[in-house]
Amino acid sequence: MIDQDIEILFNRMIASETFLMGLRSPEIVAAAKPGQFVMVRVGYGVDPLLRRPFSICGLKEDDQFFVLYRVVGRGTAILAERKEGDRLSVLGPLGKGFELPKPHQIPLLIAGGIGVAPLFFLAQTMKTRDIEFMMGFGSSNEIIDLNKIEALNTNVSIATDDGTAGHYGPVTDLLEAYLNQHITGKDSLSLFSCGPVPMLKRVVDMALDGGISCQSSLEAFMACGLGSCQGCAVKAASKESREYYHVCRDGPVFPIHSVDWKILKVC
Amino acid sequence: MNYSKPDLRTKLGSLELKNPVMTASGTFGYGKEFDSLLDLNLLGAIIVKGLSLKPRGGNPPPRIVETPCGMLNAIGLANIGVEAFIKDKLPWLKRLDTEIIVNIYGESIDEYGELANLLKDVDGVSAIEVNISCPNVDSGGMAFGTDPYVSARVTERVLKNTDRPVIVKLSPNVTDIRLVAKEVEGAGADALSLINTLTGMAIDIESRTPILANVSGGLSGPAIRPIALHMIYQVVKTVEIPVIGVGGIMNYRDALEFLIAGATAIQVGTANFVNPRVTIDIVEGIRRYCIEKGIAEMSELIGSLEIARD
Repeated sequence: MIDQDIEILFNRMIASETFLMGLRSPEIVAAAKPGQFVMVRVGYGVDPLLRRPFSICGLKEDDQFFVLYRVVGRGTAILAERKEGDRLSVLGPLGKGFELPKPHQIPLLIAGGIGVAPLFFLAQTMKTRDIEFMMGFGSSNEIIDLNKIEALNTNVSIATDDGTAGHYGPVTDLLEAYLNQHITGKDSLSLFSCGPVPMLKRVVDMALDGGISCQSSLEAFMACGLGSCQGCAVKAASKESREYYHVCRDGPVFPIHSVDWKILKVC
Repeated sequence: MNYSKPDLRTKLGSLELKNPVMTASGTFGYGKEFDSLLDLNLLGAIIVKGLSLKPRGGNPPPRIVETPCGMLNAIGLANIGVEAFIKDKLPWLKRLDTEIIVNIYGESIDEYGELANLLKDVDGVSAIEVNISCPNVDSGGMAFGTDPYVSARVTERVLKNTDRPVIVKLSPNVTDIRLVAKEVEGAGADALSLINTLTGMAIDIESRTPILANVSGGLSGPAIRPIALHMIYQVVKTVEIPVIGVGGIMNYRDALEFLIAGATAIQVGTANFVNPRVTIDIVEGIRRYCIEKGIAEMSELIGSLEIARD
């Protein structure tokens, strides 16, 4: 875990309200695993006060990493104004990343909107394998194309809520179709999902139905990002030994059976 | 006197700290989380997350929300319990060259006594900080710290069950904090720390529901600093025992305000989330200020506030 002031290489809008930022840090690149995140100070004042968490979206060469963000509030609005050459205070990499699928398993990556971020990094790590990458967006102007980080040779399928591109419907329709067409042994697939809570829950339901292993990347309001303040709690499943897990330290990636999905709220 | 090497030591009763900078309970976990980010041996003291008799999971989420220049928290006093702390966390902490102060809270006066007793003779615990800002189940959930008399009873019970210095952490959610301070001093506390968080809330205007699951939470961060500073100034004039200042300190300049107002030491809390190395930056900032002003030791700085009299 490193605390650094690092150089912004670029910061540009790549889809509606969505920005991709490139940052230089050989130390963070060397340590980063897919599924991990960084805590970013959007400015240097005390308002807004807290750092914002962003998944590490990908790596390039041995010194560049990327974060993807949507402008949803004051913090991200400030971040969108930062310029190439500015320095950004970044703490990371943090959290538990994805556990890679076993060699015989086909990885299915299911992303909702900005949830594509950690999954792209995961896809980079597994680029020599056959991956199915399913992405859902609200509309065609929200489609996120991360090929500028790296052109991955992956099977990508797109769904839009309003039907302006790809399949008309939620991204989980794509998963359902895939599972119906590929009736294989339970252990032959491994699901990875990141996106809005309702989407995560639907993926979990499908994984539980099919007995398929599934890892979900969760979000939460965070203050410290280190596992110290205990602010980012998520209810553990009833048979777990603890009452709550912390998204920043026990996650953000959680295997299917560890979290109480019924209680999980939109944050 | 060596003016190029100011002596930053400060005393809380019988407990001497190498410098006045402490980490506030609840913001530094049990210390180890920050170990790779700063040299913990450089701190005056680490105050660990508040401990209860039994482990507590804490409140349902959302537990935190950012507010202007601050944040609200309703963590719910989540902690591993005093026994797990002694067994699993303290062995590592006590190897550090800094004072380890254990913060405790109970749901009844009896529990405070039991906690103090469990910590008696435990090697590595330099002092006990008593959190009285939590609800007293024996009085319908009113915080102990809102009642000067009850606060004094809690203090007495802890003192009876320990031989370590006892610091009582006061709640600001009272009509006049000086009354609580005076009673707690009268009960024999070795020092006071103030302030704990201020009660506040936030509402989601889309769902029209409180953002925190607990509805209300404690406000911390720069927004509360002027309130904390004034309360410390008031209490310093009211009691003889050392007062530890806490509330919204973000940098060495804020810390100096508190020391000048009369705080014998300061705690840094929320700032640790923004800059994990803030405590070290503050120690160095105080040191540089002292060199610049020709201050050789803390007694020349603490309480050096001048009020003009017409």
